Amino acid sequence: MNVRLYIWQRLTATLMLPLILIHLAVIFYATSKGLKAADILARTRGSIAWASFYGVFVTAAAIHSMIGIRNILIEWPSLSRKRAELLAIGLGVVLLVLGFRAVAAVVLP
Amino acid sequence: MPNPQSELSVTLWRGAADGAYQTYRVPTRENQTILDVVTWVQRNLDPTLSYRFACRVGMCGSCAMTVNGQPRWTCRTHVSKVANDGRLEIGPLENLPVIKDLAADMRPFFEKWQQAKGVFAPSRTRDDTIEEIKPDTPARVAADKAIECINCGVCYAACDTVRWNADYLGPAALNRAWSLVNDVRDAGNVERLEAIAADGGCHACHSHQSCQQFCPQTLNPTASISGLKRRATQAYLQGEIKL
Repeated sequence: MNVRLYIWQRLTATLMLPLILIHLAVIFYATSKGLKAADILARTRGSIAWASFYGVFVTAAAIHSMIGIRNILIEWPSLSRKRAELLAIGLGVVLLVLGFRAVAAVVLP
Repeated sequence: MPNPQSELSVTLWRGAADGAYQTYRVPTRENQTILDVVTWVQRNLDPTLSYRFACRVGMCGSCAMTVNGQPRWTCRTHVSKVANDGRLEIGPLENLPVIKDLAADMRPFFEKWQQAKGVFAPSRTRDDTIEEIKPDTPARVAADKAIECINCGVCYAACDTVRWNADYLGPAALNRAWSLVNDVRDAGNVERLEAIAADGGCHACHSHQSCQQFCPQTLNPTASISGLKRRATQAYLQGEIKL
């Protein structure tokens, strides 16, 4: 890992820390109040706030995991740097697509 | 006085990478070191045994080997402290190619020292006056904590990141870089910080701290590497270095 990747990984980790806490708090709130899917969708659909919150979360998670997976692929299966980077970028793209698909499903009206 | 009833079972690595362990019986002695055991085998049982040593007093850093699975300076390691029920398994240092028997090839270790720009870059010539260095400045205190390295390679052999990542410069080279980064007389910090901020540099360290645990000089390369991470990150963000 070089200094640029190090900064990106730390930045995304710092960004995700409060997002994770809010995400967990929302889960506890929704389950404790017994909210149904329709109740949740009624709150999230058309909400720019929730779209931004989870859009940033998904992007940060994809960047963070791409860098981490790259390191793991270099260190554990001893892949070449190029191969590890290609696989990590592939995983990041999959996470971005899955993540934004999920965000779209709950925020698009 | 040797005690004929008290013997050690000593298993030594023989050959190159495709070699094997071979067991010898060695009489115990008082205050016996691991280097004494290896020397006894070579002088009494097999003169073809290859190993490396020089000073025998913990200064030169030549005699490090793997003893019962852990890297150690053998001239200062007493058998009584490490023998496991009278058994010793002694091999060459890990994470380095084997030349023969107990002698590891130290070239990758010293090449990485060079890659990390571990050479002092003078900022003055011999014609200039000698620079006065105050020992209690924060930079000098940080440098002093890192300078007693004897290049034995124990930290390099103990490091998981070295084992996993062939490009990783390793604790000793990075610790040396940290001592120079804090040396106000040195003029090579841009190149040095660029070298240690690249792939395989200080940011690859996982802070497992094996280097600190096994360093026979009780240095803390993990702390030096943490300092380098901070310094290189600042330098990159402020545009002082480029990748």
